[in-house]
Order: sequence, then structure tokens, then C-alpha cells
Amino acid sequence: MWKVIGERAVSLVVTLLVASVGIYGALFLAPGNPATLLAGGHATPAVLATIERTEHLNEPFFTRYWDWLVGVLHGNLGQSFVYREPVTTLLAGRVGNTVFLVLYAATLIIAGGVVLGLLAALDRRAGAAITVLTSVGLGIPSFVAAIALITVFSVKLGWFPVFGSGTGLLSQLWHLTLPAVALAISWTAYTAQLTKAAVREELGREHVETARSRGISRRHVILRHVLRNAMIPITTVSGLTVAGLIAGDVVVEQAFGINGLGSFLVQSTLQKDFASVQAVSLILVATFVIVNGLVDLWSLVLDPRLRTGRA
Amino acid sequence: MNVLEINHLAVELPVEGALRRVLHDVTLSIGPGEAVGLVGESGAGKSMASRAVIRLLPAGAAVHGDIRYSGDSVLAMDRAALRHFRTHDVAMVFQDPRAHINPVRTIGDFLLEALLERGERRDDARAAVIAVLAAVGVSEPERRLRQFPHELSGGLLQRVMIAAALAVSPTLLLADEPTTALDVTTQSDVMVILDARRRERGLAMLFVTHDLELAAAVCDRIAVLYAGFLVEDAPAGDLHRNLRHPYTAGLLASRPDPVAPRPRLAAIPGRPLSAFEVGAGCAFAPRCAFAVERCHLERPELRVLDAGRVACHRAEELAGQLALSPTPGGSE
Repeated sequence: MWKVIGERAVSLVVTLLVASVGIYGALFLAPGNPATLLAGGHATPAVLATIERTEHLNEPFFTRYWDWLVGVLHGNLGQSFVYREPVTTLLAGRVGNTVFLVLYAATLIIAGGVVLGLLAALDRRAGAAITVLTSVGLGIPSFVAAIALITVFSVKLGWFPVFGSGTGLLSQLWHLTLPAVALAISWTAYTAQLTKAAVREELGREHVETARSRGISRRHVILRHVLRNAMIPITTVSGLTVAGLIAGDVVVEQAFGINGLGSFLVQSTLQKDFASVQAVSLILVATFVIVNGLVDLWSLVLDPRLRTGRA
Repeated sequence: MNVLEINHLAVELPVEGALRRVLHDVTLSIGPGEAVGLVGESGAGKSMASRAVIRLLPAGAAVHGDIRYSGDSVLAMDRAALRHFRTHDVAMVFQDPRAHINPVRTIGDFLLEALLERGERRDDARAAVIAVLAAVGVSEPERRLRQFPHELSGGLLQRVMIAAALAVSPTLLLADEPTTALDVTTQSDVMVILDARRRERGLAMLFVTHDLELAAAVCDRIAVLYAGFLVEDAPAGDLHRNLRHPYTAGLLASRPDPVAPRPRLAAIPGRPLSAFEVGAGCAFAPRCAFAVERCHLERPELRVLDAGRVACHRAEELAGQLALSPTPGGSE
């Protein structure tokens, strides 16, 4: 088991390294010279040369990548060209909102998806309604959901704020409810459909028949045999859900005017603020890779057959 | 009083919206400590009959007739009574232990679950389970409790399933082809253990198998199913000497003889009918070498003959002839 965990950890680090090269390199393939940008448009060649030297822009790619990586590992994400401030300072005030929003949405997705899926699989009548509901939900993109939710609950009913992220737990909950719902709708529908299929499949398994033949109560059969085993595919797909949340987060933060990583990424990209874009991209990719790594570990806990390292 | 009494059991299963008959007419009883072998080809309905006893048929199945455990109607049991029946009185050993034991829970979870479910204390249950594991020949029982099913061989896992069945101290054991999914080398070991522990504890058993010889070896009586009908029910010792039904004779003749091998195995001509294909007459008539006109028109009732029962119009006339000509020619 420890061998399997070790292998997963090594592959996680390698994935992160490769991703970091990609992120650092991609921006230098983009058109536009950062030195021109820094100089403010009307720069003489001499000024540009000075900037290139002080910002180390003329050094070989891998030297610059290495310096950047060492900095990142020491918690230094670079200096924003636009704000003239360390990127870490700029991110500090924004990370909290995004983490809150993503966790809020993830909770809604997992709780809502699993409960709806389980109901749909166990109860024929509820199942029909939930299937229709989730098919519709699956087709609603988060930006459409965002606009619809703002129109109904913020503008018409006035129950929730139109924009902003609030301060303090209760205010944050209140401000981020609509964004989290917008972010969660299609993923909840997806998780519900997946759960329904997984539970249906487990219900038909022979070992479930055995449990029933032994007089195990229906509640225990569902919890310990059906849902317990269905959690394996559900967990695997949940990892991918997080990827969707990170991408969707960018859209939803823009729509609701939330000052988080997603909206910061959009701003920085528009302003060609290289260091900021790199930093946010790296954080998003690292989150995705690490979450998937954790999901892998959790799968080992759920499925003992994976622990031998053969599967 | 008989442990199990099945009267005119008929079962229909929903197939593509329509009910399809898988069992026509099964009447069978098992006394205390008695082992009855339920023998038949695939599709004859033998697994359905054993599942009907414990009400484990698929949703939507229609069950007719009567099943009584110690006089109580199983079909009429409410939820609580059915649970009590399943947790205390009856236990089932399934064919494929690999599929029939939850792969993600430990052997200990599996064995203890049924005992904890009926309210036993964990320590007592654990001690009982360890004792019964040792009794079925599982080495290092305490270590096994922590292992997962995929860490055990098929033969060992089937012993675990037998242990699970014995652990609840049932009165009636239902064994659905308990050795069919195992390696040939472990089949006999597992069968010997199942047989020995059953006799020791005086359990009644319904032993479902396609293997007539095996059933004759471990059971007191043999009941033969064909296309959803019970066609013969005889003391196990009578089977070779005193065959009653042409189908049973055909089954016996189709087995390879390890002592005097024949160049070619005998086979019953034609293909086995499914229960829903059966016409008005005797279900076996289309394949029977001894069928006369009456056999195709009129369904034979199961009637008492000597020590057993048989459903064949010509049982008396054919007595003696069947054993002499074990491989009747084709008649189609």
C-alpha cells in the first residue's frame, strides 16, 4: 500500500513540474514584448534594453524558468508589472473568496448530487422526476444560470445581493449563495445521474443479493453495500468535477463581480500582467493536480483491491 | 413436522413487460436433518425454486402455490417475520463466492454482519465466527477476519461463505451449486466440508446442482426438475437401481464413466426446453425415447410410486427397462 502511495506521490510531483514548464513557457509564446509594456508604450531602444536587463528578460528560457521556480518554491510568485506589487500580496485578499466559493459549490454538488441520485435510483416515481430535472440541469451553463439567478433572486425578489463577496462568514454565505448555485447546477445534475447509474448497478450485484438473503435490513444494505460500493465511481468522477469548478469559477466570478482568483486572472490576462497570470494559472493547475491526487488516495481507502498495486 | 414444504410452486418472472413462466409445478418437502438434491439442467428452474424459498426472486416475480417453513407460510410473512426467518432459520450458500461477497469489505465484516444484525454482542459474535471458520478448515481465522475477499482463493472464499451460513445456526441450508464455480481440485474438499458440517449439526438442506451423481452422494433424496416441472423424487440410493423417469435415466447415462469409459459420451437427443416453451403434454415427451401419443397430449401428474414419486404415464411399464437401456435412441 505504501508503495502505491509513493508511486502516486512521485507522479503527482512530475505532473506539477511539467505543468509549471507549460505555464511559464506558454506566456512567452504569446505576442507582445513585456519590456514594451513596462516602459509604457513610448520607449527608446536604450530604455527597453535596460528593462530587459533589470527584469532578466534577455536570459535563456530555462535560466529564467529556474529562477522563477525557485522563487515559487520559496513563496515568491514574482512582481506584478501592472500594480508594482508582489503577486502574493495581490492574491492574498482574493484567494479566500475563491476557496470559499469553490468549497461551497463542491458541498452543494456532492450533497445534492448524491442525495438526488440515490433517491432517483431507489424510488421509481421520484426517479422519473429527478431524471427530467437533471437532464435539464445538465444543459444549463453557469453563465446562463448566473444571469437567471441574478434576475430572479437579486433583482426581482431582492433576497440576495447582486454582486460582491461580503466579509465575515454569514455575510460571505449570503453573498456567495447565488454564485455557488450557478456554479453547482450542471455539476449537481451530472453527479446525480452518475450516482443513479452507479447505485442501480450496485443494486443488481450478487453480493447485494447475499446481504438480502441474510436478513440484513434495507437501510444497512443500501448504506454498507450499495452506496458504499457506488462511492468508488462517484469519487473518481468527483475529482474531474473540481476541474470543471475551477474553469467555471472564472466565469461565475466575472458574472457576480466577485473579487477572486478567477476575475483576477481575467483582468491580468487583459493587462498582460505576466507574473500574475503565471501565478494564478499555477495555483489553479496545482489545485487540480493535488485534488486529483487526494481523490486517488481516497480511492485506495474505498477500494482495497487497488492497494495491491496491480490494478 | 417438515422443515420445508413446497406445494404446487409456480413462478413467473417479468421478461420485457410480460410474465414468463420459469417454474410450473414443484411439490417437495424436506424433513428435519434431511438433505434433498434438486437436480436439473440449466434453465430447469432449480435456482429459482431455491430462491423462492427465501423470497429472493427478482422484483415483479409472481409466485403461486405455497411454501411453508415449519408450518409457517413464507409467502405470507410480513417484513419483520421475513427478516427473522432470514436471520435465524435459513441460510443460503451461493454459487460464486467471488461475486456473492462484497469485495470492498473485510471477511470479518462479512461474517459478523449477520450476527450483529440480529443484536448479538460483538465479542460473542467474533468468537462464534472464529470457531466456525476453524470448523470449515480455514487456517489462521483471526488473520482472515482482517483480509479482503480478493486476498483469498476461490476455495477458501467458499469455505468463508459456508462458515457465514453455519454461523447463524440455521435449521435449513439452501446450497445453490456451491462448488460449480470452484477449481476441480477444490470442489471435493469444499463439498466434503459442507456435507460433514451439515450432518454434524443435523441441518436440513436443499442442495441445488446439475450433478446427479454428486447429489446422490451427499443427499438422502433426489428431486429431478425438467423445464419447470418436478418429474421425479426418489431416495438417493434408488437412483441407480430403480430408475423411474426416462429423463433421469438419460441424465445418468450422459455422465462420463470413469471406470469403463465409452468412446463417445451419450447425450439426450434434442435440446432442453425452457419452462415457458412447454406444451400441453409431458414436458419431456419431445425428447423421450419411450413417449407414446398420450404423453404428448396429457400432462402426467406427480404420483407416489414405491418409495418415491414420479411424473410419467409409463413409469410402471418401463420399470426395469430404463436401467437396461441407458442410452435410448433419438425419437424426434
